[in-house]
Amino acid sequence: MALKRTGSQTLGPFFNYALRREGDNDLTRRSPSGPQADGEIVTLRGRVTDGASAPCQNVLVEIWQADAKGHHTDMDDSDANFTGFGRTLTDDDGWYEFTTVIPGAVPGKGNAWQAPHISLSLFSSGLLKRVTTRVYFPDEDANKDDPVLSGIANETVRSTLIAREVAPGPPRSISFDVILQGEGETAFFDL
Amino acid sequence: MANTETEERQYPAGDDTADPPYLHADYRSTVTKSPSRPLIPLDHTVSELTGPVFDADTVSVGENDLLSDGEGLPLGERIVVTGRVLDEDGKPYAGALVEMWQANASGRYRHNADGRDAPLDPNFVGAGRYVTGADGAYSFETIRPGAYPVPDSGWWRPAHLHFSVTGPSLMARLVTQMYFPGDPLLELDAIYMSIEDRAARERLIARFDSDLGVRGVSLGYEFDIVLRGRANG
Ligand SMILES: [Fe+2]
Repeated sequence: MALKRTGSQTLGPFFNYALRREGDNDLTRRSPSGPQADGEIVTLRGRVTDGASAPCQNVLVEIWQADAKGHHTDMDDSDANFTGFGRTLTDDDGWYEFTTVIPGAVPGKGNAWQAPHISLSLFSSGLLKRVTTRVYFPDEDANKDDPVLSGIANETVRSTLIAREVAPGPPRSISFDVILQGEGETAFFDL
Repeated sequence: MANTETEERQYPAGDDTADPPYLHADYRSTVTKSPSRPLIPLDHTVSELTGPVFDADTVSVGENDLLSDGEGLPLGERIVVTGRVLDEDGKPYAGALVEMWQANASGRYRHNADGRDAPLDPNFVGAGRYVTGADGAYSFETIRPGAYPVPDSGWWRPAHLHFSVTGPSLMARLVTQMYFPGDPLLELDAIYMSIEDRAARERLIARFDSDLGVRGVSLGYEFDIVLRGRANG
C-alpha cells in the first residue's frame, strides 16, 4: 500500500519549551553524571546567518553521527554511552554549540568509505522545511576520497562542508557556520 | 534502523509534491531564509538510513496528557488527537518520538516571545510527548487551541497543533502542523497555503471522528503521519 507523505510545515517560533531538554547538546553522555563516550572529544560551534547576513536566532539545530568507531547508535558494537543525536537552539546572535566525539569513518555507496562527518539539520521560523547539510573535519586525509565531497564539482560549494579548526585541544574545537542564502551559501542536501 | 540497503536512493524526490518550497513570499520570513541553490541529491547511506531510536523509557507515563498540568482542567473544548506514524508503504514506525505543542484556547503560547494581549491559562502548558509502539500509534489528550493573529501582518493562523516526529532514520524526520476541518482561516493562511498541491495540503487536516474521543467528554480527531521511507523494520 503506497501512501503519500505528510508535508512539512515551519517549526514556528514558540517551540523551545516543548522540544528542548537539558543536556541534549552533549552527545557524549546519556545522563549528566553518566560515563562519557570513548573517542576524542570535540566542541562543534557555529553561527547561522540568513541572506541579509543577519544572525538567525531561535533555530533548532540537530545533529546525527556515528560514534568514534563509526557505529551508529543501536548498531551492534556501538558505544553505549554515546547518544549519536543532539539538539540545541541558536542564541540571540545565531550561535549554536555541541559537545561530541569525532566520528569514525562509515561505509558509503558500493565499496566506498565515507570520511568522518556529522549530519546537521536546521528547523526554524521562516524555513518551511528543514535544511540538511554535513559537517566534515578539517585536515582529514579521508576527505579527498569521500564520495559525497567528490561528487560536488564546485570547489566553493564543496568547501562550505568543511569545518574550520579553532583549537587543537584537548578538547579540540571546530567551527561550522551555516549560511542559509547568498554569498557563501552552505551546500544543502536533498534526502 | 529504516533499512540496511545502502546502494541507492530508495525514494527519488523529484516527483514528490508533499512539501512546500523553501521560498513562499506570502510568508515573508522565507525571503531571506530560503536557499537559492538547488539541493544536492544524496545517496542514502548508513548516515541517512539510521536515526535515533526511542523507547517507552524516553518519556514518562502521562506526557501525552496535556490536561493535567495544573490543579484544574484548562479552559477550552476537550479533544483527543490520535493517529499512526507510518512509512510510505503503510508500515508502522515503532520507536518514533512524537512531540506536540500548541497554543491555549485563547491562542496564546506559554512562551516568553509570545507577547500578545491574550490570557495565559494557569492550567495549561501546551506541550506533550509520546513514543510509538509496534503499531505506530500515538494519542494526545488536550484542548482545541485558539487561532491567533500573526504579529505585524493582517492574517491569522488557523487553529493548529505543532508536531515534531523524530526517528528512526534521518530521512524520516518531520516537523509539521495539524489543522482542523472546516476552518475558514485555512485558505488565508500563508503557511498552510505554502504547500502548492491541494491534496497534499489537505493531508494536514485531521479527520473528525464521532467515534473517537470519550463520549460526553471529548471530541476525537484522527491524524496519521506518513514519513519518508519504506519497508522499514
Ligand atoms: Fe503556532
